[in-house]
Order: sequence, then C-alpha cells, then structure tokens
Amino acid sequence: MTVKHHPSEALLLAYAAGHLSEALSLVVAAHLTYCPDCRDIVAEAEAMGGALLDDSPPARMGGDALAAVLARLTTAEAAAPPRREAPRGAASGGGLRLPAPVLDYVGGDPAHARWQWVGPGIRQLDLVANGRTRDAARLLRLSPGRVMPHHSHTGLELTVVLHGAYTDEQGRFARGDMAELDGAVEHQPIAEAGDECVCLVATDAPLRFHGLLPRMVAPMMGF
Amino acid sequence: MHTHGVDGGALMTHITVDGDHLARLVRAVADQRDQAAFVSLFEHFGPRVKGFLMRQGAAESEAEDLAQDVMLTVWRKAAQFDPAKAAVSTWIFTIARNRRIDVLRRERRPEPDMDDPLLAPEPEPSAETYMSKTQAQARIRQAMATLPQDQARVLTLSFYEDIPHSEIAERLGIPLGTVKSRLRLAFRKVKAMVGEELV
Repeated sequence: MTVKHHPSEALLLAYAAGHLSEALSLVVAAHLTYCPDCRDIVAEAEAMGGALLDDSPPARMGGDALAAVLARLTTAEAAAPPRREAPRGAASGGGLRLPAPVLDYVGGDPAHARWQWVGPGIRQLDLVANGRTRDAARLLRLSPGRVMPHHSHTGLELTVVLHGAYTDEQGRFARGDMAELDGAVEHQPIAEAGDECVCLVATDAPLRFHGLLPRMVAPMMGF
Repeated sequence: MHTHGVDGGALMTHITVDGDHLARLVRAVADQRDQAAFVSLFEHFGPRVKGFLMRQGAAESEAEDLAQDVMLTVWRKAAQFDPAKAAVSTWIFTIARNRRIDVLRRERRPEPDMDDPLLAPEPEPSAETYMSKTQAQARIRQAMATLPQDQARVLTLSFYEDIPHSEIAERLGIPLGTVKSRLRLAFRKVKAMVGEELV
C-alpha cells in the first residue's frame, strides 16, 4: 500500500513544532501511521527544532533551580514508571482497523461506539470537540457511493482516509491518503462504490454547507 | 561562547559542539543514575530550554518552571533516549514541546505508535547512507545556517511563533502559498546538504 496524497511540509513542521491543535494533530498522527516518508520529514523537522535549541540564547535559571530539581530527583525516582499498554491497534475489532492514536480517542471497539446518524448513509463519531477553540475532529462513515454534503470552510480542514476510498475534485483518496484544504476551497467527496468509506476529519473553524439538504444536515453534524 | 561557572567554562564550550558527549551523559543518567552527569546536562540544557520557551512567548516564570520540569523528565526518561533515533538536543526539544502543549495548552498530543500493527514500516536504510543522528544533527544545524534569509525567516517563525502559517504570511506580507513553498525549499535544501556531505 502506497500513500499518494500527503500533507504539506508546512503542516508537518507545525506538527513537529507543537503548534497544531489537538484535532489537526490527530489527523496528522493517523497519516504518519501509514506514511514512513512523512514520518521522516517530521523527524527532520524535530532535528531542526533540536538545532534551534542548541543555538538558543541561554536564559539564566533561578538561583535555586538546580537544587530544587535535584531535590525532586528522588521523588521522581519513586514515581511509578509509565505502564506500557498492550499494542493499542490490536484491540480494534468489527472489521474496522484504526490507527492507535485514533483508537485512543474512540476508547474501545469502534463497532460498539456511539455513532450518530446524521443523514442517509452518513454516521459520525465525535473524537475531539473543543468549544473554546472550535477545534473539532470526528470520524465519518459513508455508505458506498454516498456523497458528502457540499461544503467550504474558513480555516483548515484535514481529512485522512482510514478505510475504503473516496473521490473528489482532487482525485482518489484511499487508506492513509490525506487531504489538506485551507481557505475557501470547496470540495465534494463521494465514497467509492462497493465498500463503505471511513474518514477522520478535523477542522479548526466551522464548515459552511451549501444547498438545501446539507443546510438541514449541517446543524445535526455539529459542523 | 560565553559560559558561566569557573570549572564548567572549558567543559561547557566543549560539550556545546560535542553531541556524542551529551549522549554519553544521558546514558550515564540512564544506566548509573549518575547525578554529576545530570548536573552537566542541567547546566547545558536548562538555560537553553528556558530561553527557547521564552522566545516562544512563555513568561519568564512559566519558562523557568517548564524548564525545570523538562530537566526532571530528562532524569526520569533517560532510559528512553535512543541515540539511533535522535540527537540529545532533538530529544529534549520534543520533551519541551510536549510539556508546553500539556501545561500551557492543556491538550493532548496525538502521535503514531511505533508498536501499532498498522504502522507502515520504514524502508531499510542503505549502509552507505548511515550516519549517527549526532552527526546528522550537526549537519542540519550547519545547513540551516546557510539557508537564504527568506527561507530561514519562515522556518524560525514556524518554530517560535504559536500562530498558523496564514498569520505568518500576513505578518510577512506574502501569500500563504509563498510561505509553504519557502518551507518546502528549506526542507529540500537542508536534506540535500545533509545527504550530500556523505558521499
């Protein structure tokens, strides 16, 4: 399996620098699971961060900083080491296999999660919903051949395919492929016939839907 | 370079450029719980982490607390440091980044799991392109110093400013597409320069 659609270097850099929101980071983490090339770029960006740290002008630490930290070493010692959980991806069931970071947010078998009906052939599962920052990530499950409501958005919208495939103006997106849309781009993904399509979608600004049906669907989807 | 401490002076100057020495210090902390090695790491990285966080906009007291936390994490997680994966400064950069997200933003940071059965494997590295991460890091640093001004500027802003690239574009008065293409060029150039010197 080869991933064909990748995030921009700019986005991977923002992820590596720690400036992407939680929801957007989740989509990137899912893509990285499928894409060693992008993991490589993130590692390069982190090395750049390390180089900047090397060259960072030192700021004087408080006079008692070292003593304070040394005093905490023994306490740190006593703290239990982080427990290594069983490989998380292995826990997925119901035929739908999700990358470990996504499964963390689902919190169990996706087949038993509380998917919401949002329209004919569309179900969703909210994973991140931050009302303050309007940061949101959700799984979307489209029946074969189902057309996503036509929409545009003001911020950034990231989509990664986790199962099946869809097609839109930019081409065909299959498992691991990621779409990065910013600004006033409109697109209309259509799930491929034959299999359902499961995508992880994150936005850092609410989506705007066009057309009558989508306008009715949008409030239910919480976009 | 200006250093503090009477005894530490020469050593500090030395370890600034010697990533392998830093890696040995982390190893000593991991294997022997060596407090003297930890003190050396603290004196080298503590002020740099604090300075880095302040450049990212943290208040002085916040940066101080976070830097202490980061160094404590270095002590606790020293055994997780893998010199085959990253240089010490890169490892500490990621610790500082994650603490900052955790403490200042109160958010989680999703990451791929290297034990995930779904993880697509890395291509095998060929023998002639192998070099230590410490060497690679030193070359990345040199390569960054030779980037054209416009590329270097968007690159450093991307690290230091907690704002989206659209706002970086606005601030620099250039289109978003230009920010992205400059970053793409910067990545290619650094990668090419790091790879080039191997042959």
